[in-house]
Amino acid sequence: MFRRLHRRAGPSNHRMMAGITVVAALGLGAAACGSSPAASSSASGHATISVDCAPPASSAQQYKEWNEDVATFEKENPSITIDSIYENPCEVPASFTAMLDAGTEPNVFYTYFTDKDQVLDAGQAADITPYVNSTTVPMLNDIVPSAMAAVTAGKTIYGLPTSNYTQGLIINRTLFTEAGLNPNDPPTTWAAVETDAAAITKLGHGIYGYGDYSAGNNGGWHFSSEIDAMGGHMINPAGTAATFDTNQGAAILQALHTMRFVDHSMSPTQQLEWGTLQKQMAAGKLGMYIAAPDDIYNVIVPQDGGNINDYGMGPLPSATGTPAGSLSGGNDYMFAKRDTPAQIEAGIKWLVFESLTPGQGVYFNFARQKADGFPVGFPEPQLFTGSTEAQYDKLLDASATINPSYYSTFANSRETPMGEPVDAQAVYKTLDPVMLSVLTNPNANISQLLATASSQVNQILANSG
Amino acid sequence: MVAVARKADPDPTTPHLARSRAAASLGRKARRNVSAHGFLIGAVLCFFFFSWYPMCREVIMSFQKTQLGVTSWAGWANYIRIFHDPTFWVAWRNTLEFTVLALIVGYAVPFFVAILLNELRHAQGYLRCLVYLPVMLPPTSALLLFAYFYDPSYGLFNDILHTLHLPTSQWVQSPGTAIPSMAMISVVIAATWMNMGGATLIYLAALQNIPGELYEAAELDGAGLVKKIRHITIPQTRLILSMLLMLQIVATMQMFVEAFILTNGGAGVNDNTLSVVNLIYTYAFAMSGASNYASASALGVVLMLVLATFSGTYLWLTRDRDHG
Repeated sequence: MFRRLHRRAGPSNHRMMAGITVVAALGLGAAACGSSPAASSSASGHATISVDCAPPASSAQQYKEWNEDVATFEKENPSITIDSIYENPCEVPASFTAMLDAGTEPNVFYTYFTDKDQVLDAGQAADITPYVNSTTVPMLNDIVPSAMAAVTAGKTIYGLPTSNYTQGLIINRTLFTEAGLNPNDPPTTWAAVETDAAAITKLGHGIYGYGDYSAGNNGGWHFSSEIDAMGGHMINPAGTAATFDTNQGAAILQALHTMRFVDHSMSPTQQLEWGTLQKQMAAGKLGMYIAAPDDIYNVIVPQDGGNINDYGMGPLPSATGTPAGSLSGGNDYMFAKRDTPAQIEAGIKWLVFESLTPGQGVYFNFARQKADGFPVGFPEPQLFTGSTEAQYDKLLDASATINPSYYSTFANSRETPMGEPVDAQAVYKTLDPVMLSVLTNPNANISQLLATASSQVNQILANSG
Repeated sequence: MVAVARKADPDPTTPHLARSRAAASLGRKARRNVSAHGFLIGAVLCFFFFSWYPMCREVIMSFQKTQLGVTSWAGWANYIRIFHDPTFWVAWRNTLEFTVLALIVGYAVPFFVAILLNELRHAQGYLRCLVYLPVMLPPTSALLLFAYFYDPSYGLFNDILHTLHLPTSQWVQSPGTAIPSMAMISVVIAATWMNMGGATLIYLAALQNIPGELYEAAELDGAGLVKKIRHITIPQTRLILSMLLMLQIVATMQMFVEAFILTNGGAGVNDNTLSVVNLIYTYAFAMSGASNYASASALGVVLMLVLATFSGTYLWLTRDRDHG
């Protein structure tokens, strides 16, 4: 009898234990899932801040430099701990959107200039106005106004800008030379781009003269810049209507269509997004594409293994040879709504140390960049004015390793920064199919494509208003 | 003594005693079943947090809007918005196109492959492994492989066509929108290759349960291959066939990853591979700034209702037929 009882109790107890273990494990799992990103500020004044967009280990030198900077900063500020989040790319729109909706963004988080409305709509940005002044941010008055505007709504400051850019035409100087073209005279009109692209494509071996994006919102993004250069605008100043269904818009698309289907100077492989053209350029398979200079020093050379001496830049192609403007953009760091005052103060201190002081940080410590073998001396970003700009230029010139003449036509064109359209990512998303159709459909009806996209953008603007 | 004994032996009908016995019994039952309840709680919690709660939340969100961090009720506005979006109808058309093509190709091919495998005398195990192999590849890897195959410049398929002096294709980058579009056919081919292994094995298991005597009797009656398939194989596997049909339709109506990977975002040229789930993703994630979880939720609810109605109707119809 006892044995029966025991036998019954034995397995039952095991099952009970197993059941309890399962429930406990689920409970622990749920607790783990529910925990917020590791960051805190204690009553003792110690602040831990999570900061994203730290260079990952795959970018070995930049990873090393970032970690050196964190160690130096933490030594100088023993009450602050930096919890680095290593990632590249720094922002993926889908996960960024999900992160904002879940409220799981790091204490100090990277955003594009175009993200401000979305972050504010999600209610996830802390007001840092009381903490930002010329004492906490010594170069505050020297930051270019358009960059500060990207992190400001009314009179409220939500972040600090760390980079800005305009775009131009990156060229492969070696391919230009091999094709019998003058690399010191990059094309400045769409007609010249067509001619040069055809000449480069004739080199064969899978080399194409020109490349452009048509996926990942990047097609619309490039179209915006191209239309700015032609003197047009994506959206009217009131932000209520699309204004790209014009002769200028049609001329850009016609030039692309001609290069793809008449000259065959663009690859049959399309639907490309950011990251693909850089690889083609680094591999010596592409003659020209539109980008900001940082594509060369952040991607083509350090990540994709391109040779710095192969590249140069001209201005954006336009109708007259002088671009009327360029889409300007950039990135910044904002602060999570849940941040404590100590975390906001620590975050500002870190950004000033790492991203806003000429001579310091992964991107502005030019002497270290040179020592680590990075190309130095590019004309952008131009984040500062006044004495900070003078100091920046002095340090940049002292460590420059590139030949500035390769970039002189771009620098001398002094493109007017035009900012990005309202609801930029949605507008870009709408223009992606237009670019894709022009680059994949031999019978693409350009005027109809523009009219449809224009109507869709009008709908987006009406909904967002 | 007797009185004492009676006093000591309480009346079993006493309510207090009955209650305590019932409580003791309940306690015993609870203890006996605690592990079952423990496991059940795990499953219920999983369903609650990852299925039922998101579904309820989705329905609620479809009637809300969020601006400047403030969420308020929006009535039917999200539903009106999605019904007025021209891509809404394009997405439904494409989804139905994919479903029909996937049924024609993805439903029939595994069935006939299973029949073939069932008839083979040699290397059956080896071929079964070979057919099932693609299922073991992660879907993203399999699709990236096909993305390379389909590449108009360097792809394997165009290389083969070129070698054979046949006209090449732009495959998933084909601009046509006429049904069936080349782009959608390309997506279906990749999806079928990825998924047919599972269906083939299920069909094969069903085929191997058919008594051999039936085929022998049919052969004695002079039935050929087609007649045997029509009068024995299909009726004998009807239950499996009908269940897989429903599962396949429900799965193909939720097509997402195939178009997303192959066409770098899901929409294709002229939106010719944009599916309903791709559109939900686009609403929710792909348009930062104008991203709209509420519209995505509304479209998710519409899709859920369509699939629930279809599944309910299908099960009701097939149940009637079984009883008949």
